[in-house]
Amino acid sequence: MKRTLRLAVLMTTTMAATGAFAQDVTLTIESWRNDDLTLWQNVIIPAFEADNPGISVEFTPSAPAEYNAVLNSKLEAGSAGDLITCRPFDASLSLYEDGHLANLSDLDAMANFSDVARSAWTTDDGSATFCVPMASVIHGFIYNADAFEELGLSEPTTVDEFFAVLDAINDEGSYIPMAMGTNDQWEAATMGYQNIGPNYWRGEEGRLALIAGEQSLTDEAWIAPYRQLARWGDYLGNGYQAQTYPDSQNLFTLGRAAIYPAGSWEISNFNAQADFAMGAFPPPVPTDGQECFISDHTDIALGLNPASDNADAARTFLEWVGSEEFARIYSNALPGFFSLTDFDIEQEDPLAQEFVSWRGECSSTIRSTYQILSRGTPNLENETWNASAQVIRGAESAEDASARLQEGLESWYAPHQ
Amino acid sequence: MKSIRIKWHIIVFLAPAVLVYTAVMIFPLFNTLRLALYTEIDQTRVFAGLQNFQTLFGDPRWSESFWNALGNNFWFFFIHMLVQNPIGIALAAILSHPRLRFAALYRSAIFVPTILSFVIVGFAWKLILSPIWGIAPEIMDTVGLGAFFRPWLGLEETALTTLALISVWQFVGIPMMLIYAALLSIPEEILEAAEVDGITGIAAFWKIKLPLILPAIGIISILTFVGNFNAFDLIYAAQGALAGPNFASDILGTFLYRTFFGFQLQLGDPHMGAAIASAMFGVILIGVCIYLFGIQTRLRRYQF
Repeated sequence: MKRTLRLAVLMTTTMAATGAFAQDVTLTIESWRNDDLTLWQNVIIPAFEADNPGISVEFTPSAPAEYNAVLNSKLEAGSAGDLITCRPFDASLSLYEDGHLANLSDLDAMANFSDVARSAWTTDDGSATFCVPMASVIHGFIYNADAFEELGLSEPTTVDEFFAVLDAINDEGSYIPMAMGTNDQWEAATMGYQNIGPNYWRGEEGRLALIAGEQSLTDEAWIAPYRQLARWGDYLGNGYQAQTYPDSQNLFTLGRAAIYPAGSWEISNFNAQADFAMGAFPPPVPTDGQECFISDHTDIALGLNPASDNADAARTFLEWVGSEEFARIYSNALPGFFSLTDFDIEQEDPLAQEFVSWRGECSSTIRSTYQILSRGTPNLENETWNASAQVIRGAESAEDASARLQEGLESWYAPHQ
Repeated sequence: MKSIRIKWHIIVFLAPAVLVYTAVMIFPLFNTLRLALYTEIDQTRVFAGLQNFQTLFGDPRWSESFWNALGNNFWFFFIHMLVQNPIGIALAAILSHPRLRFAALYRSAIFVPTILSFVIVGFAWKLILSPIWGIAPEIMDTVGLGAFFRPWLGLEETALTTLALISVWQFVGIPMMLIYAALLSIPEEILEAAEVDGITGIAAFWKIKLPLILPAIGIISILTFVGNFNAFDLIYAAQGALAGPNFASDILGTFLYRTFFGFQLQLGDPHMGAAIASAMFGVILIGVCIYLFGIQTRLRRYQF
């Protein structure tokens, strides 16, 4: 003990004497991506530290479901890390308004992002951007290519073909047609409703009209996705009502289910777990030959805690997060998280490349409930989880669910009153 | 003239307990009650009187969630009273039988789940009852009941009852132990005297032992009541904060958590959360008062 102390004192004095490492700081990152811990530790952080001696970075994630609660408590208590991983839209906006995120509009790296990429972390009037966008995730369906070949099936492009494929898998009987459960509820909304919905409400057009109050959730475009979801229940595995998210992932990667309604964030995990060939198709369109839309959701960004003692070092790190080098490392280390920068990033993973290629064929939109519409009580996003799970279980009709959501929205959102 | 002497030793000995209890229990309790009277407008806290309670009970959405959670909580408590306590009493009666072999083994085996973490219990039962990997469907298949298996935790009608029974499984050891202790404290002479009068076996239990352990049963009931109305962990571990399906397993604890800390895109509201916490405090206070003044004073105690 005494010896280490003496050694430490000795080292600090020599360092101070040389002056080369005047600032030896450690930055801590708060995040909900506990799945990515090893990637940050082994790939991303070493790449940064190699170029920036004197700054070391620690990645300290918490569980996704608890992240917001944990982060808020830490920020209130003043014990949060220097860098804060930002949820999109209101959760981060309210942190900024409460003074828990710094204004980053003056970062040079901000020039590398389009307005749409920054929209999720910019104030309503566009005056300040408070997080550096990191990645978006794309929804679609991942399928077991070996099973498709075995059963002689091909990727469906229309809704009718989609259900024909599901019927064929169901009739043949050796695979569960689709791996999804309703126990955790969010998959039903995120991988169900928000996945297939943009084709009905025509992406940004419908989403912005809903925010402006020109469309309502009881319009056909917003009920139709629920009608399709109501048909999904027949193709999910036995006891899907109690099936959790990890259950669904395992059913698919063990090769027991043929199709997985997915977000692109599953790719790296699936690559590691599944020992069969996988393919992906975008959400099938309702009418043949119509324009297609995909959910390309701005999901994750990185902000600065104004209470940080190491703001300068943290800004250096954030500049790097906005650089082409980070974009290349991040999107290839985590296939399925697509960089939001304007740089042209080559995807090495074929499945990730398939997902990102849809950006060229279809129009992108973000999840309909995230911007502004989840500000009040009842919270539209949480209500959508409940409604989607209810509709799939057959406990509520598509019309009733939409009417309930619309009523909830009308109770607090002025443009709909 | 007699001056009143201050008994310093009493103050000194009481001080640590009083100080610690005040700091960690009484102060937070009153502060929570106080927080419920405020609200936040434009990032500043302003006094709002009883407005939060008005919202909680008056606004149709809030009150629907609240009454749903309260109703579920009563059902949760009802299952415990109906299943846990009778089983606890029966087990204690069997264990206290002098000719039972391996009594110590049974006693520990039944008590062990009580010391397990909620997270382990929730996770283990979720696995056992899982329709995909669980052993429950297979066991039921082997005894020919396979057709009766349902994904109980995922169905609105059965989720809460299933969770209540899991909680009963976990905590049945506590009433068993307390009643076992009460049964052991009944003097032999009383039972022998009853035997002389011709009261033996089952009749001895109903007529002699049960009346003598009623105070213990009363204590257990009130502990169960307080425990159930403060429950949160098991539901959260098994069903998550949204207490699905469709809030069928939502109890006051999970409702409080969602409101206070927020959930996913819903931001936390400490003031409404504090209002719910105050309502929970009120419910428990009323329950405990009913017990203390309505039931306990009427229980007869016997001195041996």
